[in-house]
Amino acid sequence: MFKELWESFTDALEGLGSVVHFLFRLLVHSPPALLRFSLISQQIFNSGAFSLVIIMLSGLFVGMVLGLQGFQLLQRFGSEEALGTAATIGLVKELGPVVTALLFAGRAGTALASELGLMRATDQISAMEMMAVDPIQRVVVPRFLGGVISMPLLAAIFSVIGIYGAQLVGVQIMGVDSGSFWSQMRSAVGLSDITEGIVKSIAFGIACSLIAVYQGYYATPTAEGVGRATTRTVVTSAVVILFLDYLITAAFL
Amino acid sequence: MFAGLDIQIPRGKITAVMGPSGTGKTTLLRLITGQVPADSGDIQVAGANMRAISRSNLYVLRRRMGMLFQNGALLTDLSVFENVAFPLREHTDLTERLIRQLVLTKLQAVGLRGAAELMPAELSGGMSRRVALARAIVMDPELLIYDEPFVGLDPISLGVILRLIRRLNDTLGITSIVVSHDVSEISKIADQVFLLSGGKVVAGGTPQELQTNPTEIVKQFIGGLADGPVPFHFPAPDYFDELLSRKEVL
Repeated sequence: MFKELWESFTDALEGLGSVVHFLFRLLVHSPPALLRFSLISQQIFNSGAFSLVIIMLSGLFVGMVLGLQGFQLLQRFGSEEALGTAATIGLVKELGPVVTALLFAGRAGTALASELGLMRATDQISAMEMMAVDPIQRVVVPRFLGGVISMPLLAAIFSVIGIYGAQLVGVQIMGVDSGSFWSQMRSAVGLSDITEGIVKSIAFGIACSLIAVYQGYYATPTAEGVGRATTRTVVTSAVVILFLDYLITAAFL
Repeated sequence: MFAGLDIQIPRGKITAVMGPSGTGKTTLLRLITGQVPADSGDIQVAGANMRAISRSNLYVLRRRMGMLFQNGALLTDLSVFENVAFPLREHTDLTERLIRQLVLTKLQAVGLRGAAELMPAELSGGMSRRVALARAIVMDPELLIYDEPFVGLDPISLGVILRLIRRLNDTLGITSIVVSHDVSEISKIADQVFLLSGGKVVAGGTPQELQTNPTEIVKQFIGGLADGPVPFHFPAPDYFDELLSRKEVL
């Protein structure tokens, strides 16, 4: 029993070390990859633009739910005017980065992992190595950086659409005063709130992209292996996002 | 996997490596190309020791090599033209016009100039392998390695690939290593053949010499006999005992 626990612990530690080493390799290869920005912009398009619809729709619905729930709660204390502040802080600091990251892991992360896994399974990675082209620099780093750049932009779009959704329900349907909604929001939401949201979305972007490219690049080159890598990408990303969320929230208190 | 394996590949010739499945033919190619590090022994490629070579020198050496993978290994997000142009774009500063001319020349050589705009998913198995061959020769390599180039091909595609390998060798003087099971086909083009089994070379020489080799394993391999030194059955308990046992599952 103790031996099994110890082996699990050392395996986990070995896995963590391997991920950190992989991140180091990505960072070393990032400056030269930045010189070929067209490869990165292609990946921003793949990870970012293709995730836009799901992010915008989810942002709208989350904002609308926040508007409804917030209105009901605040009405009990007679402070419905604070709905703008409550919804915006909730979205910018918490829901925007977290929900976007979870959706990003499900939409773009799985696509990255399965694409790289299939490249490995069909010898495309080996073919690149045989052509004296480093697959880390040519394939992995542009995908990693594309994800890291896309995530904060998507989180910002999510939050903006979410605020609009909250306003739609709170002001247009529930009758909260429009002036109060916007003015209270502007006076109460500070730069530190926005900074916290930006830091979270960047951290989640790095985590989600790293997990996706790591799982894909080291996937067992079989159909089952690629499937497992894709599943692990979503599960690991979700746990890491929520863990990081707690750490960053605590750090900003 | 290998013990006492000693092979010399002559420059400018077609050398075939044959052997039963699982003897390590593909592993041997991976050792030669530095994709897998050898635990022991000595592997020399164009004067470079593959066990001691640095990663940067390995990449320099690989620019002088081309490899045709079993499934072609084309980059699926690039068109046929871009696949062939890929090594040129990565390693040279040639103008777009020159790249176009080089790519079209290589595609013409494999008979697929008309398929330049197609995507890999639109190609048949034989066409994929011909595109991969065009990509492998676009940098004018000195050494070309073919990993099972005939597997799954129809007779027409097989004949085309066979003639291409011979023609490339004759016209460009490329050193070729071909791993294959196909005894009759490989005999038509190979200058020398090595037969691997049990981690070592059990026979070597010209295809004609191999045909007349009297050893049991060569006769089994050339004749396609089910049983011989290489057993047909994977090691297992006695057949009747297993059938009569009361076990419901393995």
